[in-house]
Amino acid sequence: MSDALVIAELSEDGKLKKSTLHAITFAQRALPALGGTFSILLLGVATQAAAAEAAGYGAAKVLTCEDAAFAHYTAETFAPTVAAVGKGFGLVVATATTFGKDLLPRVAAKLDAAYAGDCSGVAVDGGKLVYKRPMFAGNVFGYCTLSTPIQVATARQSEFEAAPASGAASPVESVAKVAPSAAAGRVEFVSLEAVKSARPELGDASVIVSGGRALKDKFMEVLEPLADALGAALGASRAAVDAGYAPGDFQVGQTGKIVAPKLYFAVGISGAIQHIAGMKGSKVIVAINKDPDAPIFQLADYGLVADLFTAVPALVAELKKRA
Amino acid sequence: MKVLVALKRVADPDNANKVKISPAGDAVDTTGLEWKTNPFDEYALEAALRLTENGKAPKKREGEVVVVTIAPKEGETMLRAALATGADRAIRIEANDVDLDGRLVAHALKAIVEAEKPDLVLLGKQAVDGDSNQVGQRLAELLDWPMATFAATIKEEDGALLVGREVDGGVSTLRVKLPAVVTVDLRIVAPTSVLSKLTAAEAGFKHGDGVRFAPLPAIMAAKKKPLDVKALADVVGGNQLATKYVKFERPAQRAGGAKVKDVAELVEKLASVSKVI
Repeated sequence: MSDALVIAELSEDGKLKKSTLHAITFAQRALPALGGTFSILLLGVATQAAAAEAAGYGAAKVLTCEDAAFAHYTAETFAPTVAAVGKGFGLVVATATTFGKDLLPRVAAKLDAAYAGDCSGVAVDGGKLVYKRPMFAGNVFGYCTLSTPIQVATARQSEFEAAPASGAASPVESVAKVAPSAAAGRVEFVSLEAVKSARPELGDASVIVSGGRALKDKFMEVLEPLADALGAALGASRAAVDAGYAPGDFQVGQTGKIVAPKLYFAVGISGAIQHIAGMKGSKVIVAINKDPDAPIFQLADYGLVADLFTAVPALVAELKKRA
Repeated sequence: MKVLVALKRVADPDNANKVKISPAGDAVDTTGLEWKTNPFDEYALEAALRLTENGKAPKKREGEVVVVTIAPKEGETMLRAALATGADRAIRIEANDVDLDGRLVAHALKAIVEAEKPDLVLLGKQAVDGDSNQVGQRLAELLDWPMATFAATIKEEDGALLVGREVDGGVSTLRVKLPAVVTVDLRIVAPTSVLSKLTAAEAGFKHGDGVRFAPLPAIMAAKKKPLDVKALADVVGGNQLATKYVKFERPAQRAGGAKVKDVAELVEKLASVSKVI
């Protein structure tokens, strides 16, 4: 029997990030194979408020490690402590945000553990954990098992719902920081330039409006009113980002964000494989494109063959009529 | 600066939707698809070349670029292409993909780093077949080196690199002292993303957009550049494969393809059929 350890992600100002709740769901689904319980580990400067929040999801324990060195995340400062705590567990998991994808493979190497990254599912088969992973830009699912005593995984946020509050409060315990190795002395956090936006984050949004290269320099002018009317996050194809019409962190696709909202608008997006890999899990897909043969239409629940420069404003007007 | 670049050959990512699954469901079949260099690794190579040159005189290598892959003999085509674009030497570790996982690859690369002693290891952030995204991080840990993943910009400083990383919700900037491991994201090949000290001194210099292509004479000359072959067992110590793929399947196809005639019908359907607005 063994237990699972969820690595929490904290914002720069020490708040528990909602993304953590998806890794909790992953851990809960893995528990039948482990036979034990799950705990949550938080690293930060002042973790009291975040720990109190994390305590509300049914963990056996919430473990905290406070140190001034954790003011800004780097894998080199976090990994030694995460690995030292992780040694007592059978599974170490985080959500596959850039934090989780950066840190957990480094932790896995420290533990000499095999790693299953960006999992879209986890199941128990014959007492073993079987990890379901999207491969080949989401064109194949591979199911793998890991044979090291400790296993490390990250969970694709859009494939695991946020864990619901348990109604109880887990005990909070502090753990000792482990002195980092030489690597930590050779990396320096310089800055984190966060993009400020009143809109929901792409990873959390229930509606996303994405635009392609066809929008040209009218990208924001055309799409913002539609996003406002729907309370949506804005996304973009790689082509639109590469052409400079949209910022890099808008990108949806294999190399950008993987999203699965309730409603996804693909505006002026033809539907390249790498874009589809990032949004095909959406519940309802709407495509607006003037080319009736664009591949995106094969995927769309509702396709509208039209000039987007007239269709999108008309759509905004129609939505406002109903509001 | 001496840079080691790890390359992986992958089935043509532009046709990833044509990847097949074996009838027994226990293997991926890429028959019929061309082998390409993993795009992110190609970007890593381009970054390595930019870091070892003055952008105004790219034919002169200011330092050394060594490329390494783990692949069967056919993988040498990719190494020769890398040598043609400017890399100096190549190493191939003989193995097939099915005998590897990220943990073994990191151990193998560690052995190569210990033998080659580069100042910097550059890799793609992930290979677009396994989409695993772990080798760079693991290698950095095994070496006890600092790392910067998802790099969108690299600026060379004295004995260090200033790296802009694409993270959720913004850009994180790290300074890593060399030697270090850096994994690159796709915007690393924009015209001003990578600046060597020599290039930075050329005010306003811009590289070409994207990766460079080898001229024919360079392709011929690359055939004479050194290419060493090593056995996997000699570089992974006693480590064994620890990841086993038990099944593969294709995702369920969406039942898409329906059209609406105008925005009024679209809004009506979204509201009353799909009930999402």
